[in-house]
Amino acid sequence: MRTTLRAALIALVAIAATFGLDPFRNYQLATAAGVFAAVAGLTVLVGLTGQLSLGHAVLMAAGGYGYAAAATAVEDAAPGAGPAVVLVAGLGGAAAASGALGLLLGLAAARLRGPYLAGLTLALVIALPSAANVLPLGGDQGLPAPFFPVPEALSALIAVEQWHAWLAIAIAAVAVTPLAVIRGGRAGLRMRAVLDDETAAGLSGVDPALVKTGAFAASAIPAGLGGAVLAVATQQVTPGGYGLGFSLLLVVAAVVGGLGSIGGAAIGAVLVVVLPWLIDTAAEAVPAELGRRLDGNLAVLLFGAVVIAVVLARPDGVAGLLNRLPRRRPSTDDTAPSNHAPLSTTALSKSTKLL
Amino acid sequence: MSTLAFCDLTVGYGDGAPVLDGLSLEVPDGAVVALLGANGAGKTTLLRAVCGLVPARGGRVLLGGQDLTGLSTEDRVRRGLALVPEGRSVVAELTVEENLRLGALWRHRGPARTRAVAAAYELFEPLARRRASAGHTLSGGERQMLALARALVADPAVLLLDEPSLGLAPIVVAHLLGVLRDTAERTGLTVLLAEQNVTGALSVADRGVVLSLGEAVADRPAAELAADPALRHAYLGF
Amino acid sequence: MDRFVFLLSTGLARGAVLALFALSLVIVWRAARAVNFAQAAMAAVAVYAAFAVTAASGSYWLGLACGLATGALLGAAVERGLMRRLPHRTPLPGMIGAIGLVMVLQAGLAIAFGPEHRPMRAPFSERPFVIGGVPVLSPYDLFVLATAAAVMGALALLFTKTSLGLRLRAAAFAPETSRLLGVRVPRMVTVGWTLSVATAALAALLSVPTELGLSPHAADLLFVDAFAVAVVGGLDSPLGALAAGIGVGMLSGLVTGYVSASAAPLAVLALLTVVLLLRPGGLFAAGEARKA
Repeated sequence: MRTTLRAALIALVAIAATFGLDPFRNYQLATAAGVFAAVAGLTVLVGLTGQLSLGHAVLMAAGGYGYAAAATAVEDAAPGAGPAVVLVAGLGGAAAASGALGLLLGLAAARLRGPYLAGLTLALVIALPSAANVLPLGGDQGLPAPFFPVPEALSALIAVEQWHAWLAIAIAAVAVTPLAVIRGGRAGLRMRAVLDDETAAGLSGVDPALVKTGAFAASAIPAGLGGAVLAVATQQVTPGGYGLGFSLLLVVAAVVGGLGSIGGAAIGAVLVVVLPWLIDTAAEAVPAELGRRLDGNLAVLLFGAVVIAVVLARPDGVAGLLNRLPRRRPSTDDTAPSNHAPLSTTALSKSTKLL
Repeated sequence: MSTLAFCDLTVGYGDGAPVLDGLSLEVPDGAVVALLGANGAGKTTLLRAVCGLVPARGGRVLLGGQDLTGLSTEDRVRRGLALVPEGRSVVAELTVEENLRLGALWRHRGPARTRAVAAAYELFEPLARRRASAGHTLSGGERQMLALARALVADPAVLLLDEPSLGLAPIVVAHLLGVLRDTAERTGLTVLLAEQNVTGALSVADRGVVLSLGEAVADRPAAELAADPALRHAYLGF
Repeated sequence: MDRFVFLLSTGLARGAVLALFALSLVIVWRAARAVNFAQAAMAAVAVYAAFAVTAASGSYWLGLACGLATGALLGAAVERGLMRRLPHRTPLPGMIGAIGLVMVLQAGLAIAFGPEHRPMRAPFSERPFVIGGVPVLSPYDLFVLATAAAVMGALALLFTKTSLGLRLRAAAFAPETSRLLGVRVPRMVTVGWTLSVATAALAALLSVPTELGLSPHAADLLFVDAFAVAVVGGLDSPLGALAAGIGVGMLSGLVTGYVSASAAPLAVLALLTVVLLLRPGGLFAAGEARKA
């Protein structure tokens, strides 16, 4: 309950903040909100279960396509339907499409680990343009998505970019809040148990395959809703928008923000949206030929360097980040100076007995 | 000169209390010393620390007066130290011949390597019949023979053995210990033999050291140790 | 039927390149128990080096040699400078480090050489011979097949017949036992990376002239296909990489010819998924679930 209240509060603050931004910044904010939803899903997946997905961009794309197809279908079938109906239908489509793909990947994830899963999701990203051409997804042009004008009551007050930012913030809040609840609750505890020691978790009555499949699906739906946010903001879904580069940026955002941290995901998402734009703006000041080469590349170079620095700087690498996760269920010896010991399975079996 | 000595050796895992706390011991050149003690006494930890597989928190390891303390495992081995670790240390994916050649690689070159491998087959005839078999097809006794032969093929100055008799039939143990004693007598090899099979170990050793909870509680000639019932009861459990 | 033969023969050359790249993944997997997700970017750096040297000197062969040397050096440098310093308890830090490296290398190449595709010329004609009215392999295809076969044969000899190969295998299978036998295991890991990236560079060098041209992403698709090949063949199995490479090359040749070029990556993805779900040990490895 507290998590939900906090999420509502943060969303309200973000909506209030849109009044301080110009239309372009509001467009960026909407984009960042969409990316945030996807990064939040990814960071919980990697941080709590140790499974690396390089394919979250495809889950976003699945959500975007699901959104565009469902929203357009409702618009065509019932021309009188209000924008709220169209939006909700679109979001349902987004969640269904990304959830289904996530479930499929989760079934694979339950049987695979480490490099195999990462390789499979990478192959998925690379195959996306082909899928867009072979499946009825509109080829390289992609699918159009409905445009939501500012409601009349507000049209005197705000611009369309700001309205879209509001929608984006609301959708992101709806996407991420359940994730935060899962992460702090028993399901999160089970995920960490599986990460620590699959066999021990299994002996404590936790089914590792079920947990991994569920974690992947739970991570996929926010990513899909993030894709829907981008479709709301840009009114289209194209395969080119969800390539390998973008997928790797999602990983960068999760790593920079700290794996497992949803607040960190927000920071990472803003960073990967704003920093490339800042750098490209700065690059316009240098000679044209050099600027053309730096365009889009300098930011990627910097992000790559930062990721390498982060993995090198942590004494225990990225794995060390995992132990910094706050423990929602305080143990009795909280006074112990260093409580870095991995989650004990006895604590786990106690809490699963409560179920 | 190949005296193995360690002084004030302190070893532990993680933040826990040390397994070995300031242990000092000398295995003189050419001696065969049995390292005895119950499970958890610290025998394996000691041997692994001497080889550098477990980092020591303090203390020094000397081989023939040379300080090995800062060296990596492979450099300690190249100074003449050899360890036959506990259990199945044969590389299961390689053949018997490849395992032996691997042992000889750093020490011998060209024809000398072939001669050293041939000598190992003479010492352990059952291995000669299985030279092309992969390690994972060998029986427990054959594996332990191969592990010992592979250590000897590099002509070490000091040989450390960790529970070579574990899980083997008595007749195989007798053969292994016999080869060990003959080799030590013939070549002047220095041996530190960690064993729970006290009688077997003391029968080939000159001296016995009893380790208990990381400390050397007795250090006496082998015959004397075998004959002291009080000590046997207290530390060796028979 | 003619078309079938033609597609099979082009698939054969592509399969040889795939097998070579997959073999590079097998080498680094055996040496370091890691899949190098930066393999494509590192190979691309080597191809750019070859491209620059060939452009400056006019000699394809000098460029080829420099490309291989660049790949080898880069492999050693990345292992020493980055991978060795990461914890190995789980594969996650290594994979994330590799992703950072991909971004640095590919963006660096784009900044240094410009983002556009550079045409790269093959040293032999790419016009296929016509036998009995059926177009089959081109001289360049034959060169690719012969080079791939020679390199794979040489690597097989190195690993099975030399003492360096014995050390490499022992260090991969049993690192601690190998150290106790005086094998310098960290050095063997570096040698593994060196051989692996040089092999990947060769595969990329052979493949780029038949593709759209040279770009920082020129080897990405090759990497994904080769990963599929390595998984299908079994990451521990060099022979599996060879057989699966030829198989996948022919499969994607046939799919490209009979369905469409864009269906080929989907076919490879489907194959990868099916093999991972049904036989995670690969078709040529003996059992054992894939849990790194």
